[in-house]
Amino acid sequence: MSDANMEEKVEQATSSKTISLPISRVRLIMKSSPDVSCINQDALFLTTKATELFVQHLALSSFKNGSGKETNTLSYSDLANVAEETETFQFLTDILPKKILAREYLKSLEEMKKEDGNL
Amino acid sequence: MAERPEDLNLPNAVITRIIKEALPDGVNVSKEARRAISQAASVFVLYATSCANNFAMKAKRKTLNAGDVMAAMEEMEFERFLQPLCEALEAYKKGQKGKKAASEQKRKDKKKSETDENDKSRDEEEDEHMDEEQDGENEGEEEDVEN
Repeated sequence: MSDANMEEKVEQATSSKTISLPISRVRLIMKSSPDVSCINQDALFLTTKATELFVQHLALSSFKNGSGKETNTLSYSDLANVAEETETFQFLTDILPKKILAREYLKSLEEMKKEDGNL
Repeated sequence: MAERPEDLNLPNAVITRIIKEALPDGVNVSKEARRAISQAASVFVLYATSCANNFAMKAKRKTLNAGDVMAAMEEMEFERFLQPLCEALEAYKKGQKGKKAASEQKRKDKKKSETDENDKSRDEEEDEHMDEEQDGENEGEEEDVEN
């Protein structure tokens, strides 16, 4: 890759002016919401940009609060933890459930049954 | 309307790149984590859309506008995004204005860029050649060691 090409890429990555996610795809997702009829161009651009900021914010917060700092890794459990602990990410708890062992799940199921029995 | 459920996913390559840019160099992101972030992003779009739509409905408008999206960000407690979003929108609007003037210029440039692309593909071919040559050398070295 030539130097000029490289510079262009770096510039694109660092400038906050451009967007890298495809606007058409974001519009498709927005339109899949049943109440939405029309979206103006600026609103579409802003949502796309906001989604990029959100991805960065989510990744960085998960990494900072995560357990993988020493090993330089970001794992699923870091994301699930941050979704549970951070208020602004609470809306993600449904799609980012914490993983538990089957053994623990069966145990909690057993306990729930017992409680039901007691009632 | 989306035909398939995959149509509501954002492209993985782009999401991966955005994650890489956000994290310090050399951080490994597990496949599961990447997929989860991508899904989270789709849910974020839906959540933001529904919030913004509420503001539009309150104002009895049918079209979502920039103000609705900004209000939605505040409601979702992503105030930290407001400032960068404002800046990005301003730059975008400027770009849109300049686009009309630029599009004619582009048409003129098109012929030029076509020849540029031809150059590029030739470069890539050369790169491949180099790789092959290097592989050949390495094999040679291994043989030497064995002997």
